[in-house]
Amino acid sequence: MERRDFLKLSALAPFAGMTGLARAAADPGVHRLLVLVELKGGNDGLNTVVPFADPRYAELRPRLAIPREQVIHLTEREGLHPSLAPLKPAWDAAELAVVRGVGYPAPNLSHFRSIEIWDTASRSDEYLDEGWLARAFEAAPRPASYAADGVVVGMGGMGPLAGRKVRALALANPGQFVRNAGLAHREEARSRNASLEHILHVENEIAASAQRLRGATREFQTEFPPGPFGASVRAAAQLAANPAGIAVVRLSLGSFDTHANQLPVQANLLRQLAEGLAALRSALTEAGLWKSTVIATYAEFGRRARENESGGTDHGTASAHFVLGGAVHGGLHGAAPSLDRLDADGNVLHTVDFRSYYATFLERCWGIDSQAVLGGRFTLLEIV
Amino acid sequence: MLGPGTMRFLLAALAVAASLGTQAAPIGYEGARHLLDRAGFGATDREIREYATLDREQAVDRLLAGARRVAVTPPPEFVDDPIERPAKLRNDPQARKALARKLVRQGLELRAWWLTEMLDTPSPLTERMTLFWDNHFATSQQKVRFSQLMYRQNVLLRREALGNFATLLHEVAKDPAMLVWLDNARSRKGAPNENFAREVMELFTLGVGHYSEQDVKEAARAFTGWSIDPATGAYRYRPFFHDGGEKVVLGRRGRLDGDDVLDILLAQPQTANFIAEKMWREFVSPTPDEAEVQRWGTLFRAAHYEVKPLLRAVLLSDAFWSPGNRATLVKSPVDVVVGTLRTFDVHPADLRPAAIACAVLGQNLFSPPNVKGWPGGDAWIDSATLLGREQFVDRVFRGADRGIMAPVAMTQEPPMMQDEKAESAQGGPGARLQRLMQRGMGAYAFDDRRWLASLGAPVETARLDRLVLATAAVDPVPASLDPAERVRALVADPAYQLK
Repeated sequence: MERRDFLKLSALAPFAGMTGLARAAADPGVHRLLVLVELKGGNDGLNTVVPFADPRYAELRPRLAIPREQVIHLTEREGLHPSLAPLKPAWDAAELAVVRGVGYPAPNLSHFRSIEIWDTASRSDEYLDEGWLARAFEAAPRPASYAADGVVVGMGGMGPLAGRKVRALALANPGQFVRNAGLAHREEARSRNASLEHILHVENEIAASAQRLRGATREFQTEFPPGPFGASVRAAAQLAANPAGIAVVRLSLGSFDTHANQLPVQANLLRQLAEGLAALRSALTEAGLWKSTVIATYAEFGRRARENESGGTDHGTASAHFVLGGAVHGGLHGAAPSLDRLDADGNVLHTVDFRSYYATFLERCWGIDSQAVLGGRFTLLEIV
Repeated sequence: MLGPGTMRFLLAALAVAASLGTQAAPIGYEGARHLLDRAGFGATDREIREYATLDREQAVDRLLAGARRVAVTPPPEFVDDPIERPAKLRNDPQARKALARKLVRQGLELRAWWLTEMLDTPSPLTERMTLFWDNHFATSQQKVRFSQLMYRQNVLLRREALGNFATLLHEVAKDPAMLVWLDNARSRKGAPNENFAREVMELFTLGVGHYSEQDVKEAARAFTGWSIDPATGAYRYRPFFHDGGEKVVLGRRGRLDGDDVLDILLAQPQTANFIAEKMWREFVSPTPDEAEVQRWGTLFRAAHYEVKPLLRAVLLSDAFWSPGNRATLVKSPVDVVVGTLRTFDVHPADLRPAAIACAVLGQNLFSPPNVKGWPGGDAWIDSATLLGREQFVDRVFRGADRGIMAPVAMTQEPPMMQDEKAESAQGGPGARLQRLMQRGMGAYAFDDRRWLASLGAPVETARLDRLVLATAAVDPVPASLDPAERVRALVADPAYQLK
């Protein structure tokens, strides 16, 4: 039977004759919430997941190397930056996956272009207009009853959710959004022309989402850290707990663009990250949602292996990222990039294609065929 | 008794007179509004009434005759400053930081300068076309960095905005900002960089599918040696970088240099058609008519790429005036911001907040998303930008006495420049821009009494509606509202997003 026919059939009778695929479709795994955290500016992966036992690390980082005794040891060779201590309980519970060497071939060192590559999941030499999640949800729509396909909390553009047909919103906090959405009308999409029809469609989406987000005001026992990232995390928890459901929440933290004076700046940001994610873990556990949530970090790039003359690091390539959740397979994933083999710019070579990272979320969070979305078959990671 | 020949002649004469009748009739209030809005950025009631009595030809010729080659607004002071080379500051983080801050400040001043010109110019059509070419030759300050270079490119685009496309193409190809943006400055014999050669065919002249990969490779060789002088930021030809060998581009063989390749591209009818189609999308509707576009393309090439004859054909075409094509274009953020300020006679002293507003709404001037430029049309509108537009309008029209705005999109970090983000890790710069906008927007208040008085009393509701909206309001406005309330209802209507 053709796959397409089969899908049609299983859509007609989803629980008849439970084949593997149909079981997968009925599995709660296909309705997970993905919380993406963008580490804006490009986080230094080498000082985040520290290869303290590698003599090359100390050589490359005479001033910036994190002293071995300060590192939170995960293995005899590697460990976390000390500011990440709030994530240690998740690691101990095997709910924190550390994915090393995430990047892409022919890396671009411009913030601007590289985040566009990450947001659109394009090749390095390819320009795509739509975000990878927007493409995914156009091909495989999330339930119409959802409050939205995705919400971008706080700063920046729509990123991976930029697209025409996706039901994506940007908001600072859910309660405020619902109040502001009073500015948007809700009319019949009586169309005089295609442009007006599009505008009315977006207005209707705003109004409808605002309606559905009225329930996104849950209060938690969990205390959220102070500061803007803590507020974003609280908004993420409220969105996650909204009764109508949601597929994606995107948060961001930064700037990690530490060309100079990196040590205090990165320590502060990583502490905010760890405290925020620990609070999110606690809040979602409280709401009974931790098992169905996957949190994942991403950034345009990591940083140069060798420190610069300003106590900082310049733009790099591959970096380590974190995936957390109640259903996440904790531990180290991906190969740590070799510090002996650097490219012509002095950057590490990636060991995990970022599209493998994305493909894993598409398939394991929602059962979406990643090949169609990413324009190729990328090996899934055993992280969820 | 009239013979059949005479009869035919008379009928023909009548037909000509009839067609002259529609062409030569005054374009009226709605026609003038349509023309001025599309050819500029909004329009005041006074301008519309001036043009309303003209016929199509008179109105279009008057617009074309007003075209300018230089801006009326004095440029920011820094435009003649020498270029500072950040490489020299490698070991001085304080100086690097100071330079990054300066670049951001200058970038914002440059944006405000252009918006001031759009608002104050006696020829909005000149700025409309400057912006058109800016998006055609989309160059981003994110990579070019120096505002001086972006300014020089903008001066060039304005000089030829209604001038000659062939001249413009040749000069843009040697423009320092472009040479940096598409890497040609570093392209050299033996290892040519294909970036410019590809984009000049794909995006600036022919469009995708009208050249081969081999053409790109050969053209890239021809452009080697077109570089810049890093000390002055000026164009410099480097003969040692140039590949003087034989090349074949689109079937033409010879020891071609960059100018030869550009002439080969200009000789292709497809180049003229490509520009003509873009003009349709800019001025007429999102759905070009292929036959009419071809006609304009033929005319454009026959006119040796003079822009005015093409623009004249576009603005005098039946398609441009067709009721079916009215209100079919989505306003760009610049249309919303500048158009609102112009139409409602709001003239703030500081346009930096307007520049930030445009950026938040998705059109950060001098920083298009990539070399393809802003896609425009429906892509301008998503939930964040639509709410942002409504909040911008709300901010201008709610008057000084209304409550504090609780913004959604406006609380987002304005996507100004990477340097701005690099400046500090504490999230400070975004917040600083927000504060600047919030403070500065105080001067952006619509003065309903003064504005309504300028229309002359009493103002009929029908005229208000036709002035503010390009088409009927989606939500009918109750007749009970007073004129000031009516204006607020009209600008809040979804139809206000159309032109």
